[in-house]
Order: sequence, then C-alpha cells, then structure tokens
Amino acid sequence: MALMAGTRHVIEYNALIYRRIWRGSIAVSFFTPLFFLAAMGIGLGGLVNRASGGVNGVPYLDFLAPGLIAAACMQTAAIEAMYPILAKIMWDKTYDAVLATPVTIPDVIRGEIVWITIRMFIVATMFWIVMYAFGIGHSAEALLAIPASIITGLAFATPIMAFTATRRNDSGFAAINRFVIIPLYLLGGTFFPIAKLPLALQVLAWATPLSHGVALTRSLVLGNVTAPEAALHALVPLAYFAGGLLIVRALLIKRLAK
Amino acid sequence: MSVLTRRPTPMRVPTRSMHMVERNVMAYRHNWIVILSGFFEPVLYLLGIGFGLGSLVLAVSTGGGHSVSYAMFVAPALMATSAMNGAVYESTSNFFYKLRYAKTFEAVIQTPVGVEDAAMGEVIWAVIRGCLYSIGFVVIMEALGLIASPWGGALSVLAALLIGFAFAALGTAITTFMRQWQDHEIVQLALQPMFLFSATFFPITVYPPILQAFVEVTPLYRGVHLIRGLTTGQVDAGLLVDVLYLVLLGAAGVAVASVRLRRRLLK
Repeated sequence: MALMAGTRHVIEYNALIYRRIWRGSIAVSFFTPLFFLAAMGIGLGGLVNRASGGVNGVPYLDFLAPGLIAAACMQTAAIEAMYPILAKIMWDKTYDAVLATPVTIPDVIRGEIVWITIRMFIVATMFWIVMYAFGIGHSAEALLAIPASIITGLAFATPIMAFTATRRNDSGFAAINRFVIIPLYLLGGTFFPIAKLPLALQVLAWATPLSHGVALTRSLVLGNVTAPEAALHALVPLAYFAGGLLIVRALLIKRLAK
Repeated sequence: MSVLTRRPTPMRVPTRSMHMVERNVMAYRHNWIVILSGFFEPVLYLLGIGFGLGSLVLAVSTGGGHSVSYAMFVAPALMATSAMNGAVYESTSNFFYKLRYAKTFEAVIQTPVGVEDAAMGEVIWAVIRGCLYSIGFVVIMEALGLIASPWGGALSVLAALLIGFAFAALGTAITTFMRQWQDHEIVQLALQPMFLFSATFFPITVYPPILQAFVEVTPLYRGVHLIRGLTTGQVDAGLLVDVLYLVLLGAAGVAVASVRLRRRLLK
C-alpha cells in the first residue's frame, strides 16, 4: 500500500499545478477539434467527397475525426513527456526533493504515466464530444475510441520520457517534434490512407504505433472492427509502451539515484 | 551626492537596429539546429496534405475560371502560414522571455542603442529568420513544379518577407501587453483558426457571403491571397490591396510596440 501512496503523491503534485491552468487547457482541448473538424473535415472534406466520393467508403469527415483523436493523444503524451519531465529532473529539481521523501523512482514513473493518461483522457473526451456533435460515432462501441487513443499516446509517453531522461537541455525536443511527431501526424494514416504512400514509407508507417492506434480508433468509431485486427492494432502500441517503460526505468535510476 | 538618472530622449527613427540583430545572431549561434529544423515543418505539410491528401482531391478553382492542382493551391498558403508562424513565435514567446525574464532590453538601452532601435531590431531579426525559411520553401516548390513563373517565385519570397514583417510587428505589439505565459494560449487560439480558415486548405467560396467578407479582412488571408496570386501567376490589382494592408498593419505594430516599450523601459 505504501507503494501506491508514493504514486498518488506524484499524481497529486501534477493535479495541483494543473488546477492553476485548467481553464486555458480545457479551452484549447475543445476549440482545437472544433476548428480542425470544421476546416479539414467539412471544408477540405467537401473537396475530397466531390472528387473521390469520400475515403474507404465513408465521407471524409468520418474518416478523419477518429484518426485525429488518436493523433491528439500522441501529441499530448509527447509534450507532457518532454518539457515538464526535464524541468522536474533538471531545471526545478523537483525529483531531487521528491526522492528525499519515502517516494521512490518507480513511484515517480508510475505517477507521471498515470498523470499523462489523465491528460490524454481529458483531451480525448473533449475531442469525442465534439466529434459526436458533428454526427459521428453514435454507437456504444465508439466510446472505446477514448481508451484506444490513450493506448496510442502511451506508446509515445514512455519512449519519449526515456529520451528526456538523457537530455541536458531542451534543444532535442524540437527535433523529436519535427522529425518524429509531425511526420507521423501528417503521413501516418490520420489524414489519408497509408496505402497512398510509396511502398517503403508504407512499411515504415506500419512499424510505428500511431498507424495502429489510428486504425484501431477508426474501426471502433466506424463500427467495422474485427477481433484479430483490433488485437494486433492494440498490441503494437502496447509493445512500444512496455519497451519504453523498461528503458525509462533504467535511465531514470541511473540519472536520479545518488 | 547626485543621482544618475536617464533623461528620456525624444522618440526618433531607429538607425541602430542592426546591433540588436547582431545580438540575436550571436545568441543563436549554438542553437542553429532549432532554426534549421523549422524548415521541415511546412515541407512535411506540403507532402502530407498537398500530395498525400491532394491525391484524393480534384483541381481547385481559384476564381476567374482558373483552376490549379491541389498541391499548387496549398503550397503558397503553407508558405504564407510558415512566414506568419515563424514571425509570431519569435515576436511573442522569445520576445516575452527577453522582456520579462532575461531583462535583455534593460541592458541594451544602457548603451547608445535606444528603445526604438531594439524594437525595430527585434522585428528585423524575425523577418530575416522568416526569409531563410521562405527561400528554402520556394526552392522546394520550384523543384516540385508548383510555381508558374520564376519571377513569381522570386516575388513570393518578398511577399513572405512582408507577411513576416506584419506579423512580427503585430506580435511584438501584442506581447508588450502580456503579463504571464498563459496569455500565449490566447495567441494560439487566434492563430489556429487563421491557419485553418484563411483559404489555406480550401477556397473561401464554401462560406456564406458574410463569412467570406469577414475572412477577407483577416491578415493571413491577405498574405495567402498575395502569395497564391504570385506563384500561380494570377496577378491582378487585388494584390496591391494585400500589400497595402500588410504594410499598414506592420507599421501600426511597430508604432504601438515602440510606444509601449518606451513606457515600460524608460521609467
């Protein structure tokens, strides 16, 4: 039980900070999907539907919306696993203070992961509500889009935390953002089917967790999910998460344990 | 015992701005990878949205009976957007940090460099940075066959400079009113709809007339309109309206920023 108490304190710390900025954060989480679905889904989607009759047999908006939820969780997890974590390791030295108490490094890791999950839950839920208002995903199954996109984000949370644990300054974060997150966002199956990419990039895309997370979320919302496919699409992101967890554990112990 | 005080000098035309620019060049010497990587973002958008998603879209009408491929439609909008984003980022977040935390300007104005020089220098620096990105992007566009004529490509770099200037001036002016980091979220909330709805990804003819008129008076729309006219070769007098609009916006921004900075720094 003492173990869980340590984790809880780390979560509580993050929640107390978030209490000061939640208004802006929720507003962004609401307006971003609203603007994106209106512009890309309806505005640009109109051009797509007229030219190609939609994508994979559904209107473009229906194709886009679930993919964007998964991608939004990826972005949230990536940001939360970079700057705030490095600040606590190095700039504010929060972890040095934390570890002077009975809270342990595994507590810290668990607490941060739960906190990132909570942040993604907020983002995904706001997105889901906006999507519902646009008339998409009116089934009980579609609610599973929220956990599916959280799994997608978790696949990025632990590997990026591991990267953060090796950093001495923040200049690597811009590189991760521009060479990993944005390419995946734009080319990884969210805006158009991966089959439209050149073959080499298709192989690369299917090796990343985003494409699987997007496929899983999309099939749940569109109601064409099959069990074996869903299992594969969930396993790939979870494998990234588990691998990242092992590495971040080793690296944080190396960096923080004195 | 006499107290050294700084006599307020009358406002003057900034002539020593290049010192401020030099300071920024020096400060970024070790962080050039951050600047370089900024170039990839619009290129990725061009590949993903312009070509990837564009493969699902037919030609887009640009008015007057003309139509262009989707990549050709989107590319100039991405160029204008990237000029805006670069200028806004530099003139809000970075400038706020210098103003509020690094106290850079407190040090600067102890030298013969004045407040006007510093403000103008900040804007020039943001414009230079934007210029590097625009040239890179135009080269990519040309290589992909998305520019109708060479002079259109060359002029579009100048147009991107003008967009960068207007938004850098606007961003600097707005930042002088900011009190905390959370205020930057408001900037993001304004940038995002401009990015999405300014005829960037689809023509504004999909909107009802009243909304079209509204979009037409927003700054990014004027920038997109200007660059698109130049790169697609559909040049008409309307482009002069864009230029005039952006020049006036930039001048107003510089004026407001100078007045505000004087009030803040020369106490």
